[in-house]
Amino acid sequence: MILAIDSSIGTSVALCDPSGRLASARSEAGHLTHAEVVGALIGGVLEDAGVGPAEVSAVASGMGPGPFTGLRIGIAAARAFGVARRVPVVPVLSHDAIAAARLESPIAGELVVVTDARRREVAWTRYSGVDPSGPVRIGGPELAPRDVFEVLDAERLDAMDVPAEFVARLAALTLAGRRAGEADEPVYLRAPDVTLSSRKRVTP
Amino acid sequence: MTTREPLVLGIETSCDETGIGIVRGRRLLSNRIASSMDEHARYGGVVPEVAARAHLEALVPTIDAAVAEAGVELDELDAVAVTIGPGLAGALMVGVGAAKALAVGLGKPLYAVNHLVGHVGADLLTPDSGRIEYPTVALLVSGGHTSLLLVRDLVDDVELLGETIDDAAGEAFDKVARVLGLPYPGGPEIDRAAATGDPAAIRFPRGLTAPKDLDRHRYDFSFSGLKTAVARWVEKREADGDPVPVADVAASFREAVVDVLVSKALAACRDTGVPRLLLGGGVVANRRLRDVAAQRAAEAGVDLRIPPLDLCTDNGAMIAVLAAERIRAGHAPSSQLAAADSTLPVTLIQVP
Repeated sequence: MILAIDSSIGTSVALCDPSGRLASARSEAGHLTHAEVVGALIGGVLEDAGVGPAEVSAVASGMGPGPFTGLRIGIAAARAFGVARRVPVVPVLSHDAIAAARLESPIAGELVVVTDARRREVAWTRYSGVDPSGPVRIGGPELAPRDVFEVLDAERLDAMDVPAEFVARLAALTLAGRRAGEADEPVYLRAPDVTLSSRKRVTP
Repeated sequence: MTTREPLVLGIETSCDETGIGIVRGRRLLSNRIASSMDEHARYGGVVPEVAARAHLEALVPTIDAAVAEAGVELDELDAVAVTIGPGLAGALMVGVGAAKALAVGLGKPLYAVNHLVGHVGADLLTPDSGRIEYPTVALLVSGGHTSLLLVRDLVDDVELLGETIDDAAGEAFDKVARVLGLPYPGGPEIDRAAATGDPAAIRFPRGLTAPKDLDRHRYDFSFSGLKTAVARWVEKREADGDPVPVADVAASFREAVVDVLVSKALAACRDTGVPRLLLGGGVVANRRLRDVAAQRAAEAGVDLRIPPLDLCTDNGAMIAVLAAERIRAGHAPSSQLAAADSTLPVTLIQVP
């Protein structure tokens, strides 16, 4: 079974068989509760499917883009579960999973997946369509100012959650050698906020 | 109920060190630490987001290293322990997310425990020393904490006597190092500069030691005013066109910090009638603190305990041993829904 974990928006977890068929899924919409709920969601999908942790043969990890603090928690959980069972952890771009779900049904032209990136910005990724390897990415992921970002020549999909089922399905394609793997690093899209310190004078 | 000592893996990510430790009861099997300190150096202090990113990258390699060193298999563990607070929120949550998934993946219980009480527990792992006796006073000094505790029982009775009301002692070392043009981290740099200095050259203020302050803040600390006093003194010299005697300033500043730490800790021993003092936290690496504490504790008839340095700095083994003690005492595991708490009080030794 493939266990998929994504915390790039809320927290979503799914369990699929190796062909990508869904066995169980659970999610929590909260943007601040990832570290609280992630373990219970994993335990919950295993219980729902009547599957023990030892039956998990791979973990699929949604790598973002998404706000740093929450995004990392799902990745940390995916990697830790992978270590626990000594099974591979397959990184998947979270936007790809959103696109894969939408592209289950036909679409006229291209697709742009958009998610909130906070600080008045959005993260976007553009797809030309879908082929046997899954959604075909042709632009992004990148950040853009929320107020001026417009999509005029493609369908725009503003996503409020990531379907973990499709994170698992894309990982299944990668494991089957049918889809290129992603880099095993979180897609933060932003450098940490830091300022170089300097000595401050205290004498008035 | 088995009488076998619990085998516990502890995960610590409350600040800039990713610590993974494995213990069997009170026996240390491994203690691996990956630090992101070098990445913070150019910023002059720990940057929370840099620390949190580094935890995610260091997590699995550090777990693998700890498991290999301990010579155990993860499946053999009896429990997974994690620091649930206090600490940097974003950093804590990396460890918490990982610990929960590790526990579910192994089908083992989770123990979400207090970082500061973990520092006290580190003493149990100290090799070749007699068992710690309770009650004991504990002085925990690091870059993020300066706390004085009265520990009546490690697993269920810890009281906060006092803590810093502004900067932590380690933070003051970093800030004064910057004033003196020394690099980060400031502790070892100030120590080096102070080696040839006169600790009595300049009388810097001892925060919260005046009679009026002792009423309300008998066991509290304040290092912000000291840092400002050092900066003023240095700026005055510079304005007058005089060279800054870096060694004397470093030695005098360090003496002020050490004096107030040791004085208040021994006052707590005296007031509570507890002739035992335990030191913990990264600032214990400071030789002068250890020496002055040893000398004055001996004079006061107080038994001083200082765990080895790799157990004083943040580490996962202390988290594991605290959980092992809780297990031995029959405490139930934490909920999978336990929430990281950046200001967790010391009275909450384990989050339910």
